[in-house]
Amino acid sequence: MFSNFDFDVIIRSLPYLFYDGMTFTLTLTALATAGGVVWGTLLALMRLSGMPPLSLPAAGYVNLMRSVPLVLMIFWFYFLVPFIGQWVTGASRPIQVGAFASSLVTFTLFEAAYFCEIMRAGIQSIPRGQVAAAQALGMNYVQTMGYIVLPQAFRNMLPVLLTQTIILFQDTSLVYVLSITDFLGAASKVAQRDGRLVEMYLFAALVYFIISFAASLLVRRLQSRIAIIR
Amino acid sequence: MITLEHVSKWYQSFQVLKDCSTEVAKGEVVVVCGPSGSGKSTLIKCVNGLEPFQEGSISVADVAVGDRKTDLPKLRARIGMVFQHFELFPHLTVMANLVLAQVKVLGRGRAESEQRGMKLLERVGLREHAAKFPGQLSGGQQQRVAIARALAMDPIAMLFDEPTSALDPEMINEVLDVMVALARDGMTMMVVTHEMGFARKVAHRVVFMDEGRIVEDAPTAEFFQKPRSERAQTFLSKILQH
Repeated sequence: MFSNFDFDVIIRSLPYLFYDGMTFTLTLTALATAGGVVWGTLLALMRLSGMPPLSLPAAGYVNLMRSVPLVLMIFWFYFLVPFIGQWVTGASRPIQVGAFASSLVTFTLFEAAYFCEIMRAGIQSIPRGQVAAAQALGMNYVQTMGYIVLPQAFRNMLPVLLTQTIILFQDTSLVYVLSITDFLGAASKVAQRDGRLVEMYLFAALVYFIISFAASLLVRRLQSRIAIIR
Repeated sequence: MITLEHVSKWYQSFQVLKDCSTEVAKGEVVVVCGPSGSGKSTLIKCVNGLEPFQEGSISVADVAVGDRKTDLPKLRARIGMVFQHFELFPHLTVMANLVLAQVKVLGRGRAESEQRGMKLLERVGLREHAAKFPGQLSGGQQQRVAIARALAMDPIAMLFDEPTSALDPEMINEVLDVMVALARDGMTMMVVTHEMGFARKVAHRVVFMDEGRIVEDAPTAEFFQKPRSERAQTFLSKILQH
């Protein structure tokens, strides 16, 4: 049944697929993860602060982000951010931010909601006595969080954080709606150009599978190695 | 050194501390005992502001603990505290546990902090365990590290919140030995404990609590010979039977 297929097209487009496409995908994944974890951790601290002016907006933000489809967010940001930029800076025209910047902001803000919930669970898993001990040694809030609570929470939650990153890696393929050349975008463009849809999409699926599966195996191995001795 | 005046505390409508007044002079060792639920742990946690209280006043070295303007972290850095469940930081080595607050809170140099840490580990007999993680030590060893960690801050007073209650019986003595040595060195100590042998040996005074109230506050010998209150008499007869 494969006699009509031309798998050669994959070999020919490998540099384009990986150098242009995969580089974009991995860069976006890495930067959005980094930004998402930082912003998510701040959101988690806000939610757990016990101060309504901080915890309520954070909770609202997280719930909003988790209730909206990601594709919609990508669209909204791409079309809205230029106008918001215009409004903020008072420029006469919408400010062009570019597809990469726009998608990076979207993914960071969106994933932060999920990272927030992971970090919140992680922080809550640290016994209250640890906080008391840090305070009894004279540490202030920032030191208690920075040296005692967050390092342990982060370590406990690392497998879950990395699993979420793998999901993020797959989700970045949604930027194809902005005609961005990420890995799937590149594959899609080759597929359209050469009329080789089945081959390219099969190959793209295979690559996503191999990377995601290998990464989750690594996470499992890591899990046993980084556990805190108790 | 530590003065408590008419301290009362409520959890919602439930009153855990009722008009508690006592003091610990410099160099004095005061044991706080009483049945469980009598508020003794809560009382000692109020002393360094880990628990808020609603009425009365507590001062440590003339600093008011309950005052909103008091820099609590600064005050706490001068008061050592040892917890029932040790509360060593499990993600840090024993040495890092001892060094962290010295460097970050007191602003000491790393080399000096490590030197001080090593000296204290030696004092509690755990010098060779400096590079281990807390999870690799026994309960008794962990509690001795916790005492060393508190001492590393050069505290003016030490608070002990049931330091031996979570230990297996055969490990209690190694911790008590360290505490006895500390008391004999003249450290100001407030100790919540059921270890009456320890109280007899080193305490200057014993405070007996029941239902949130300080029922008895007497010199050690007096307390053990003939406690004034009936409640303390029954408590003592129950725990000293064996």
